[in-house]
Amino acid sequence: MSEREICLSGTGVSKVFGFGNRKTVAVDNVDFNFYSGELVSIVGESGSGKTTLIKMLLGLTSVTEGEIQFLGKKRDIRTRSKKKEYWKDIQAIFQDPFSSYNIFSKIDSVLLDCIHMRGGRMLPKAKKIEMMEEACRFVNLKYAEMTNKYPFELSGGQMQRLMIARIFLLRPKILLADEPTSMIDACSRATILDMLLNLRNETGMTIIFITHDMGLAYYISDTVYIMERGKIVEFGSADEVILNPQADYTKRLLSDVPKIHEPWEFSKRNQTPPPQTPVEA
Amino acid sequence: MKNTLKQVFRSANFRIGFIIIVLILLLITIYPIFSPGNPLQMIGYDSFIPPGLYVSLYDSLDVPRIYTLRLEGADQIRIYAKLRPTDRELIRDWLLLYSEYNEVFELRKEDINLEDTEALLGLWWTYFDPEIRFENLTIAERRAFARLDTRIDGIFDLYDKYIWTYNPETGEQELVGSVTNLAYINVSDVTNVRLLPLGTDNFGRDMFKQLVSAITTSLAIGLIAGLIATMIGLVLGLLSGYLSGFVDDVIMFFTNLFTVIPGIVLLILISYSIGQEQRGPATVAIVIGLTSWVWTTRSVRAQVLSLRNRDHVNLSKLSGHSLPRIVIKDILPYIASYVVMAFILQVSSAILAEAGLSMLGLGPRTTETATLGLMMNWAMRYTAHLSGAWWAYYPVILVIALISFALNLINTGLDRVFNPQLRD
Ligand SMILES: Nc1ncnc2c1ncn2[C@@H]1O[C@H](COP(=O)(O)OP(=O)(O)O)[C@@H](O)[C@H]1O
Ligand SMILES: [Mg+2]
Repeated sequence: MSEREICLSGTGVSKVFGFGNRKTVAVDNVDFNFYSGELVSIVGESGSGKTTLIKMLLGLTSVTEGEIQFLGKKRDIRTRSKKKEYWKDIQAIFQDPFSSYNIFSKIDSVLLDCIHMRGGRMLPKAKKIEMMEEACRFVNLKYAEMTNKYPFELSGGQMQRLMIARIFLLRPKILLADEPTSMIDACSRATILDMLLNLRNETGMTIIFITHDMGLAYYISDTVYIMERGKIVEFGSADEVILNPQADYTKRLLSDVPKIHEPWEFSKRNQTPPPQTPVEA
Repeated sequence: MKNTLKQVFRSANFRIGFIIIVLILLLITIYPIFSPGNPLQMIGYDSFIPPGLYVSLYDSLDVPRIYTLRLEGADQIRIYAKLRPTDRELIRDWLLLYSEYNEVFELRKEDINLEDTEALLGLWWTYFDPEIRFENLTIAERRAFARLDTRIDGIFDLYDKYIWTYNPETGEQELVGSVTNLAYINVSDVTNVRLLPLGTDNFGRDMFKQLVSAITTSLAIGLIAGLIATMIGLVLGLLSGYLSGFVDDVIMFFTNLFTVIPGIVLLILISYSIGQEQRGPATVAIVIGLTSWVWTTRSVRAQVLSLRNRDHVNLSKLSGHSLPRIVIKDILPYIASYVVMAFILQVSSAILAEAGLSMLGLGPRTTETATLGLMMNWAMRYTAHLSGAWWAYYPVILVIALISFALNLINTGLDRVFNPQLRD
């Protein structure tokens, strides 16, 4: 394991919102090492700090304490131009496709922005369209149908696919996917997962996949991190963590995964008290 | 965009407000074309001429043709107009007093029919004696009876009226014609006829013309002040909300400072210190604009604060967009509808602020332009209400109310469209 290259890691990373008696420790002193090319799942209930961790990794919120290393060096994103460079390598797909788009901009601008970000501003128009067509084809959308449309004219599944097309064009080293399938219908869910996995096979990018679904994490990931109330309580290879869980929290999460062959017992579910975490912000 | 417009017009509130504003705008653009000239020109020698159609009496004598019409009831109408209901009551009062005074003469209140002019006047002419001094009667009351007597003297007479003129050759007065009680003229034959829909003010200035010009000026003041306030509020709110940190602290310091000092106090102090001579309508508009941006700043800031952590803004950052672009393209459109509504409210409150300032005598300097506030100020200062000259202030109040009513209706209409929770 150790011969693999670490692309993103953190030591003692914490995020505190507010102060005084309104203080929320969203992420509490976490350490992690994400290796190049692997698919890492971070699993935790709603409110366990997954999104906050993602935002810190993206550099969208400040880190209260701790240090994040990117490609072996201390991450430096203090200026706007450095941030822009950083964002060429690290990109994200957000949880809610409906709030991820500017409802006042046509959607082709989203894809065009990606080409520009990859330095394709000077390319001829036909070439740009060809690239966008290719990206749309990859996610099974028709570019011709996308032009001149506003985001709200698409379905949630289509929006999220367009987000993947965006990543297809950007080809970052690391993709942070924050529960990309949780807000869309079950049918589109599998398609989108497939597309993400295809994209990974094609580009070899590192994917950090956030989910609250243990079954899904087991199905797709190499490494699993379990987060409970801002802390990482357990991590390891997917087999290790899921087939042989150590932390109580992991066991509880696993017991919540509905098993098709077993009758689902309501009473069993109620044995554990509901988590005292606030609703997701 | 087209859809939004359709939505907007579906709201009844918006439609009503919009129609009122459009009618007012039509009035202030079209009326000056048909009635050009200085709206502050003094045309009347008397103050507070009531509304009506004014026909030149002098020109009436020179009409090309005089018609003879025998109209039924014309005499009664004439007499009735000369003997008004108050006069009839006066006659009754005197007769009742006289019946108390004279034992022989018996008359009860029920016996007197105020509508029966001939019987009433018959009694009056038989018994009225200016020499009789009733007790408990003031001199003024006694004089009123005497005046009435002279006024109704010859009320049934139908003598012709004669017109004399001066002949410069002979230097003598010459009879040029006579007018019978059956003579009529056609008003359209009279060369000088002027409609004064709202009469004149105390200076003898055409109130309607003045009102139209005042609406124009007041709307302009409202627009300029509203634009200034909205621009300042928008820019400061965007900066303060999006940049946070030091910039936010500085902006919020000034915003709070302006919040705790009531706008009207500031307005009064600034207007006062500028001095009457320097205060044109534009200055007043700027002063109002500079003192009323606070609430726009606050609410724009609050909206930006809630927008700037949205995922679409994050995505825009991740797409490498610059800060100005994010503010203009990813934040501004989301608050644009709000800003438009804030602007409309600013216009409406600026018009009211001008009215308030002018009432206090701190509005634009007088004698050059009329504003709605100045018209109120003049009506108040020259005690139009004591002269019963309702036309000098009611129309102005009505217009001020109508404009702010219409603007607020437009706003609630827009609110319903932009705020989906209020949509029905
Ligand atoms: N901007 C914020 N201000 C204050 N508290 C926040 C903010 N964002 C998130 N939180 C809090 O941090 C905790 C973790 O939230 P989040 O990272 O969204 O959890 P998850 O994505 O795992 O559901 C929650 O308790 C949430 O209320
Ligand atoms: Mg989340």
